[in-house]
Amino acid sequence: MQTQEPLHPGLFSWPDSAPELLGSRCSDCGEHAFPSQSSCRACGSERTEIVGLGNSGTLWTWTIQSFMPKAPYFTDETPESFRPYGVGYVELACGLKVESRLHENSADALQIGLPMSLEIVPVRQDDKGAQLMTFQFRSAEAL
Amino acid sequence: MTDVAIVGLGLHPFGRSPSLSGLEQGAIAARAAIADAGTEFKAMEFAFGGSQDAGNADSLVNLLGLTGLQFTNIWNGCATGGSSLNAAYSAIKSGQYDMGLVVGFDKHARGAFNPQPKDWGLDDWYGETGLMLTTQYFAMKIKRYMHDHGISRDTLVRVAEKAFRNGSITPTAWRQTALTTEDIEQAPMVSEPLNKYMFCSPAEGGCALVLCRADIAQKYTPTPVLLRSAVVRSRHYGSFEVFSPSQAPAVAPSPTVTASRAAFEFAGIGPGDIDVAQLQDTEVGAEIMHLAENGFCEHGEQEHWLQEGATEINGKLPVNTDGGCLANGEPVGASGLRQVYEICHQLRGTAGARQVPNTPKVGYTHVYGAPGISGVNILTT
Repeated sequence: MQTQEPLHPGLFSWPDSAPELLGSRCSDCGEHAFPSQSSCRACGSERTEIVGLGNSGTLWTWTIQSFMPKAPYFTDETPESFRPYGVGYVELACGLKVESRLHENSADALQIGLPMSLEIVPVRQDDKGAQLMTFQFRSAEAL
Repeated sequence: MTDVAIVGLGLHPFGRSPSLSGLEQGAIAARAAIADAGTEFKAMEFAFGGSQDAGNADSLVNLLGLTGLQFTNIWNGCATGGSSLNAAYSAIKSGQYDMGLVVGFDKHARGAFNPQPKDWGLDDWYGETGLMLTTQYFAMKIKRYMHDHGISRDTLVRVAEKAFRNGSITPTAWRQTALTTEDIEQAPMVSEPLNKYMFCSPAEGGCALVLCRADIAQKYTPTPVLLRSAVVRSRHYGSFEVFSPSQAPAVAPSPTVTASRAAFEFAGIGPGDIDVAQLQDTEVGAEIMHLAENGFCEHGEQEHWLQEGATEINGKLPVNTDGGCLANGEPVGASGLRQVYEICHQLRGTAGARQVPNTPKVGYTHVYGAPGISGVNILTT
C-alpha cells in the first residue's frame, strides 16, 4: 500500500484513528493559535503548549476558489483536471476559527452555521511515491 | 509648527504600458508632479518612494538626476504610498526639510497576485494547498459581513456600476467603459460572492506628489492642498485579516478603524465634515465595509446609502470619483498616491467631468491591504 505522510508536520495528529487539528494554547492568557506558535500572538508570552483542537466545528464564512491558483499552489492537478474547491473558516469548540479547504465546492452546498467535520485528504504524490496528506473540513450534514 | 501642503501632482496613467518599465512610469509621474509645482528635481531635498514588483524606488535618481538628496525606499504592502506620505509629512512637520517628493510606481504580472508564504511568516503548506489568495480573503470577509449586516447582492453590483461609470468620465482611468447592471450581474464568478467585475486587477502605473511647508506653498501653486493628517496603523489581535491560517475567537476592529479615528483626531475633523472620499476598493465588498469602518455610516446602513446614490459624484459623500481601484487597477506602490492625486484635483476644482459639485473643501483617502495595514490621509483646501 502507498505510504501516506503529512504535507507538513504538526498540523494534525497523525497517524491516528481519529485525527484532530493541533494548535497551541498560551499558558499565560489562554488564547489559542493554529498552526501552533512558540510565542503568543495575543500577549507575546513565550510560554505556549501544543493542544488538540478537536475535529469538528461550524462554518463561520466561506467562498469557492473557482480558478486554479498560480504557484505556490502545488497539487497533482493540471489545468484540465482542476476542480473548484471550497475555502472557509471553521469555528472550533475553543472559539478559534481555522481556515481550511472544504470538501464541498458549490454555493448550494454551503452556508454559514453549517456543522463541519475534519477529514485528512491527499494533496499530491512526492518524488518517493508517498502520498502527502493535508486536512480539510466537510459538511457533517447535507443541506 | 508649519502645516504641510501638496503643491505638485503627477500621474502616469494606470493600466498596461508594455513599452515602459515600472521605474520609467515612476519617473514620468515624478517629472509631471515637479513640473506641476513649477520647480525642478534639484529643488527636492528629500524623496520617499516605493514599489512592490518594479525595483527600488531610489533608482529613480538615475533618471531624474543624481542630486545627492535623501532618498528613502518605503516598502509597506498596500500602505506603501500612505507610508511614504506619512514619512514626508513628518519630515516637513518636524522642520527638517522644506520641500520634497513622494513617488510610487509598479508593474505587476497579469492575473491574481501570487505571494510566497515565507515572505509572510507562513509555511509552504499554506500556499501549496491553495489558501494563500487575497481574493478568497476578500470574498470570505464580505460573505460574513453580508450575513451579519443584511447587505444584498444588489449593493455589490451597485458599487461596480458606479466604479465603471466614474471610470468612463476619467481620462486617465484604465477601464473607461461603463457597464450595465446586467453586464455585472452575469459576469463569471471568481470567488463567491464576487465575480469578475467586482475585483480590481493588478496593474502598472506611477504617481507622485510634491510637498512643501504650507507657508511657502503659494510660490508653487495658487491652489495648495493641506495634508492635515497622514496616519498608518497595523492590525490588532482579533481583526479579520488576509493570510491568517486562524483567527481569534473575538473579532476586533480592523486597522482601518484605528487609522481612521487617529486621522480624524489629528486633523480635528469628523466624518461628517468630509466632502469627497477615496476608500480602498480592491473589490466591491471592501468599499462597502470601508464606508462603515472609516466612520461614515453604521454597519448595514450601506444598503440604504447605495440605494439612494449617496456615494455617487452628486451624492452626500462621493466615493472613488475616478473609478477607484476597480476602474484604475492596482499598481501597489502607486495606488495609495493615486487616491491623494484624485482628492487634490477635486479640492483644486480641476477634476473635469467628474468634478464634485459645490467646491469640496475637505477630502479623505483610505487604503487597506496585506498584511493587515491601513493608511488614512485627510486633506483640506
